[in-house]
Amino acid sequence: YRKMATLSVCQPQLGGFSFENCKRNAVLEAEVTKLGCNVPSARKTGTTICGVVFKDGIVLGADTRATEGMIVADKNCSKIHYISPNIYCCGAGTAADTEMTTQIISSNLELHSLSTSRLPRVATANRMLKQMLFRYQGHIGAALVLGGVDCNGPHLYSIYPHGSTDKLPYVTMGSGSLAAMAVFEDRYKQDMEEEDAKRLVRDAIAAGIFNDLGSGSNIDLCVITKGRVDYLRPHDMANKKGVRTGNYKYKQGTTGVLTKSVIKLDLEVVEETVQTMDTS
Amino acid sequence: QNTRGLRSQLKDSVPVTGMGQQVGAYGVQDTLRSGFSSVKNELLPSHALELSEKNFQLNQDKMNFSNLRNIQGLHAPLKLQMEYRAARQIQRLPFLQSSHLALDTLKGNDESISFEDILNDPSQSEMVGEPHIMMEYKLGLM
Repeated sequence: YRKMATLSVCQPQLGGFSFENCKRNAVLEAEVTKLGCNVPSARKTGTTICGVVFKDGIVLGADTRATEGMIVADKNCSKIHYISPNIYCCGAGTAADTEMTTQIISSNLELHSLSTSRLPRVATANRMLKQMLFRYQGHIGAALVLGGVDCNGPHLYSIYPHGSTDKLPYVTMGSGSLAAMAVFEDRYKQDMEEEDAKRLVRDAIAAGIFNDLGSGSNIDLCVITKGRVDYLRPHDMANKKGVRTGNYKYKQGTTGVLTKSVIKLDLEVVEETVQTMDTS
Repeated sequence: QNTRGLRSQLKDSVPVTGMGQQVGAYGVQDTLRSGFSSVKNELLPSHALELSEKNFQLNQDKMNFSNLRNIQGLHAPLKLQMEYRAARQIQRLPFLQSSHLALDTLKGNDESISFEDILNDPSQSEMVGEPHIMMEYKLGLM
């Protein structure tokens, strides 16, 4: 606190990240682990996300479970984020990081497209994301699948938390990425039709949902083609909550009454006080 | 040929040992302004990103000026830096919030949003600088 007080004397405050509390947090964490408790952990998305390029555009898919350690924090969260009218982005990793990152890039892309008066390109979004993630050296835990259709056709990128990117015809990310990639490797063909691509992505996400603990609930799809975006949420409810078949409530009068006795309690008023409410 | 790279201009970045105290008159630490010193607290940065974030804008500017010099010649960065210096002088008194509109437009920050605009907005900070002391510091009277 001493440092902060005198900083305000000499130099004006700057915005952005402030690392003042890092040392305090380290001390607190040491104290807490000494007592045997755990510090609260960030909510991760422990996800399966994937994307595929088909003949006319892109299909992006995601599951909808958000986990907090071993507990499901959100049974139906939305992992396909809007970047621009023709570009959408799926996010895996720390939920807050993916949310904020995609929102910042969406705002920057909007400003950029207003300044150039053109529809934004997927490569621009990719470049902005990778430069930002590299700047923070992987401390921002956001693994993204970025896809969209622009003037040069459909493009699909995968972006890792440290800032490396890959431009591929089919990508998967998240804890269920291996299960989804297995489905892609088996059945992907170049220049698929839209229905085939949707079925392929649905099956890949389902593989992730059923074989990975970190993914679950429903399957969301986003189909992007030139001039049209279909945001299908939910596309497939793979894990519907079951309906109870039996009713375990007893009917009125199930238990027979044998005897009934009424004892009257004599209560006398000892003291009566009135407290006025202050209604002014 | 102007093949001076980025290295020759990195001398102004804050080095690791620069995390420490501000040095006042006579080379002794400035207890009045920076408080009591503790070597353990100032030896290392508290977070891996602290130093790189402190230097980020400086390094970006240096890289851009270096490129500009190599492409367009010495006059380009010199002219730009002169304009920056002029725009930086358009601000209110130190304890008030200035919008830096001219400086932002020159740097191109009016067309982008980053964490500097979202987190820790200085206009919303709970600590307000003491006006008299900040003015004295700015004018060099203190």
